[in-house]
Amino acid sequence: MKYSIFSLARAALSGHKAWQRTWRDASPKDHYDVVIVGGGGHGLATAWFLASEYGIRNVAVLEKGWIGSGNAGRNTTIIRSNYGLPGNTGFYELSMKLWERMEQDLNYNTMVSQRGVINLYHSDAQRDAYARRGNTMRINGIDAELLDLAAVRKMMPFLNFDNARFPVQGGLLQRRGGTARHDAVVWGYAHAASALGVDIIQNCEVSGFVRDANDKVTGVETSRGKIGADKVGMAVAGSSSRVAAMAGLRLPIESHVLQAFVSEAIKPVIPNVMTFGAGHFYVSQSDKGGLVFGGDIDGYNSYAQRGNMPVMEDVCEGGMALMPMIGRVRLLRQWGGIMDMSMDGSPIIDKTPVDGLYLNAGWCYGGFKATPGSGFVFAHLLARDEPHKEAARFRLDRFRRGAAIDEKGVGAQPNLH
Amino acid sequence: MRIVCPFCGERELGEFTYLGDAKPVRPAAGASEDEVFDYVYLRDNVAGETSEHWYHGGGCRAWLKIARNTLTHEISSVEPAAGVGAAKVGA
Repeated sequence: MKYSIFSLARAALSGHKAWQRTWRDASPKDHYDVVIVGGGGHGLATAWFLASEYGIRNVAVLEKGWIGSGNAGRNTTIIRSNYGLPGNTGFYELSMKLWERMEQDLNYNTMVSQRGVINLYHSDAQRDAYARRGNTMRINGIDAELLDLAAVRKMMPFLNFDNARFPVQGGLLQRRGGTARHDAVVWGYAHAASALGVDIIQNCEVSGFVRDANDKVTGVETSRGKIGADKVGMAVAGSSSRVAAMAGLRLPIESHVLQAFVSEAIKPVIPNVMTFGAGHFYVSQSDKGGLVFGGDIDGYNSYAQRGNMPVMEDVCEGGMALMPMIGRVRLLRQWGGIMDMSMDGSPIIDKTPVDGLYLNAGWCYGGFKATPGSGFVFAHLLARDEPHKEAARFRLDRFRRGAAIDEKGVGAQPNLH
Repeated sequence: MRIVCPFCGERELGEFTYLGDAKPVRPAAGASEDEVFDYVYLRDNVAGETSEHWYHGGGCRAWLKIARNTLTHEISSVEPAAGVGAAKVGA
């Protein structure tokens, strides 16, 4: 069904009984042109771009639980394109531009809110580093503004400007950054992809790959039977190593747990998304009023989807250093998601050494903002068998070639990215 | 998660730093590029029982070898990592 002001009015006048399901819960067919493993944001976006941009509509998205039950429903909903290294800069801006037209493209309210993302700096050296990143963004056509202390004070008068150890000196602002409603992004892609004929198949866990005599992948074994496919794309962040192992691959990835937190609802106070530069703490405020925040990954390998207390303490301390006023706000919820931490902190979108199997992985803790861009370039790879130009550096063999994209510069130690 | 350090007793997780999988062994100096690449970049990334190196920086500063389940965070054994610390306690 198509959503508009008229459909809303019609449904309202009929007591909201006329709404139909927004996407079709499909049963598997014997064969598809493309099977996407993973019904998160990236998998569903890939299916939608395959159908809408590349005309490939005989597509299935397989999800072992319910769509959006993994990291797509566990993130802190931030969108931005403030990256500094070649490869990342262009890709994330492609994604940002797709966020800006997503609601019109999908005919779905994903609550994209360009409220601005500001990274605060607390020392001269950090200001210089942010100025450099801002300049990199601007020469690549991305908006960035370096704010001084007076401008930050005006924008966020509630910050602790008297912190002797970590004085706020200013911030790097991307006004086009902001937030989006993460579940609605999943449902929106499902809605639009389903309307173009994509089969979204839930409770369908992949247990192996079907290979032909030449070792090419020709389908998947699942909990709902064998499903044939000309091409299989993996978008299973958090479980990439486990799924790849079924095809005999070892990946440059470790799975780590990242926690996120929501406070009880308070009156509107945080006007944007902001990050504390002297620790790891970032925060925005949801439309319901809760403060949505997070920080570092826990730092040890985990598939448990829950974290531990030291990081919780560290994150809350970061928040208190920046905004002592939140000290009496109670924590409402806290949860964990499993991150594909790659060896350089950047994603991998490439063919694998196994014919017919394509990989979309390694998003670390930054996959949500990449959702539309990731779907677009992965669909391009699946349809054309060659990388999209904005993803040409996200190759699986870049580690061996010495072409790592290490935004933080910490080397092959995934828990430090 | 709490870790029972063989030197210090049961301590909270914040005292410890994680290095990673204890299985990979640094290749010899003359090793091939493939071996070095495997060692530096590729991981088994086990879902289940795994053996890891942790550092007790907030305590005795010993390196520990810990058997832990990555699906449940359950720790089944903690012992001094091979090296000087292990030699001291005869492990």
